[in-house]
Amino acid sequence: MKFPALRAYALFYLLFLYAPILLLPIFAFNDGTIIAFPLKDFTTKWFEQMFTTPALAQAVKNSLIIAVSSSILATTLGIFAARASTRFAFPGKAGIVGLIMLPLVLPEIIVAVSLLVVLLGLGIKLTTFTVILGHVLICTPYAIAILNTAFSSLDRSLEEAAYDLGETKWSTFRLITLPLVMPGIISSVLISFTISLDEFIIAFFLAGSEPTLPTYIFSQLRFPKQIPMIMALGTVLVLMSVILLTIAEYFRRRGIAKTGGTDTGGFL
Amino acid sequence: MPLCAFRARTVTKKGEPMALGSRWDRLTRSEAFNGYVLVSPTAIYAILMLAAPLATIVAYSFFKDGYLTIIREFTLENYITTWTDPVFRAVMLRSLMVSAMVTAATVLLAFPIAYYVSFHVPASRKARWLFLITIPFWTSYLIRVFLWKVILGYNGVINSGLMNLGLIDEPLTFILYNVNSIVLTLAHAYAPFAILPIFVALEKIDRALLEAGQDLGESRLMTFWRVTLPLAMPGVVAAVLIVFIPTIGDYVTPQLIGGGKIPMVANLIQARMLDLDNKPMGSAIAVSAMAIVTLVSLIFLFMNRRFLRGQR
Repeated sequence: MKFPALRAYALFYLLFLYAPILLLPIFAFNDGTIIAFPLKDFTTKWFEQMFTTPALAQAVKNSLIIAVSSSILATTLGIFAARASTRFAFPGKAGIVGLIMLPLVLPEIIVAVSLLVVLLGLGIKLTTFTVILGHVLICTPYAIAILNTAFSSLDRSLEEAAYDLGETKWSTFRLITLPLVMPGIISSVLISFTISLDEFIIAFFLAGSEPTLPTYIFSQLRFPKQIPMIMALGTVLVLMSVILLTIAEYFRRRGIAKTGGTDTGGFL
Repeated sequence: MPLCAFRARTVTKKGEPMALGSRWDRLTRSEAFNGYVLVSPTAIYAILMLAAPLATIVAYSFFKDGYLTIIREFTLENYITTWTDPVFRAVMLRSLMVSAMVTAATVLLAFPIAYYVSFHVPASRKARWLFLITIPFWTSYLIRVFLWKVILGYNGVINSGLMNLGLIDEPLTFILYNVNSIVLTLAHAYAPFAILPIFVALEKIDRALLEAGQDLGESRLMTFWRVTLPLAMPGVVAAVLIVFIPTIGDYVTPQLIGGGKIPMVANLIQARMLDLDNKPMGSAIAVSAMAIVTLVSLIFLFMNRRFLRGQR
């Protein structure tokens, strides 16, 4: 390496990024109700407590319903938009795509507040369904970002070959296009799922009395007694997202390899 | 859709020339039509769930607030009250200042990382580095923010650790519940956002330009200053906006790290909308905040226009 100082800085930076997360397992297994040094004995009771808390189970169930629905819907909407924007040119494309991608830069509080005002104005009751409406909106831009890469690295002559051999538009899409972009689709579903599972503000405004996992965690942070269990829960969540993301990354790379593109790295 | 597909096939099977197809056939074959049909589900969703609600809060901000109802009568009162309210001004100024500090810290710390990964990491390992950098970003935001409270708190990891080592006698109180701890937490949370756009811009730089610079007698440092940095500026500008805009609307960090005593604009919107249930006033604050953010972003883009010219 030509720049040892730069490399050392990079490693130090990674440590800074990971430091807070590394504390999670330490205190999740620590037999003390106060999150502080010195550490006490090793225990797994905080993990056991997680499984005997009915409110947590309900929050997990709500969150899973929301995350599964939002990720599938967002990916479906993402496929339409990514296909349209990579394959066709049409007037006003930049404006339409810009509006769809807007939640990527708009502060989430604005999305949450404006949706809340409209839903209350229409007299719609706040449930998990209203959270799904909001989550689809914020997951779609991420889905499109991933699917755009998948669709744009697609070789158009493969589809043309299928048309020439007598396949219809739909059967070509099903037999040729879809299998080639499938890794991108799986990656998009997993990323949307992770975003939805983790999203707090929109759930906080739109969930009504139905708790989701993040709003449940937020409500428990006020009680010092509950903190060790939250640390255990955090450990499980971090492990789960790392596994999901590794799978998503695997499919994303396989998709790029499959269509013969070069890896430009990163989800964004 | 299946019907037109069927029709298109029968036409080609009979071997009729394209020009004989009806006007409808020609329309369905046009590129623009296909584009609109494909994009329409997503576009309609965005219009219904994003554009319409945004238009609604703009409209609400000009309405009067009745008790539990909204009086649909045009008024500028909400804006006058908002802009003359010292609380709003203080909170807005604080939000802008915190966001500016977070953005400066994030972008300055991120640039060397993006530079290192783009220029000094072998191509085969770049994706792995980016993956490592993005992982913390995807793990529970709420818990990451809370962990900083655990680290910085009165009985927190730093205080208990330092006391344990005998370096301090009593807990340091200046590290939590202040603006600096909010800045630290947000800078940590938004780090990957700043790295990726800068990395993309650096990757696009033609390496031959750097060699040319050095062949023409520039030092390494001058090559960086006069070639690499200007070419990386579009990425830096994108990074600034991508960090600045969402941080200004952050709700969780001021609530948890600031202990609810150092509100930022999102907390103010939430308080007006839900706690006080004054939707026109909350809308006016939200619209004002959006307008200010847009204005600041546009000024920033204008200041950097020479770097962005010819990029599109």
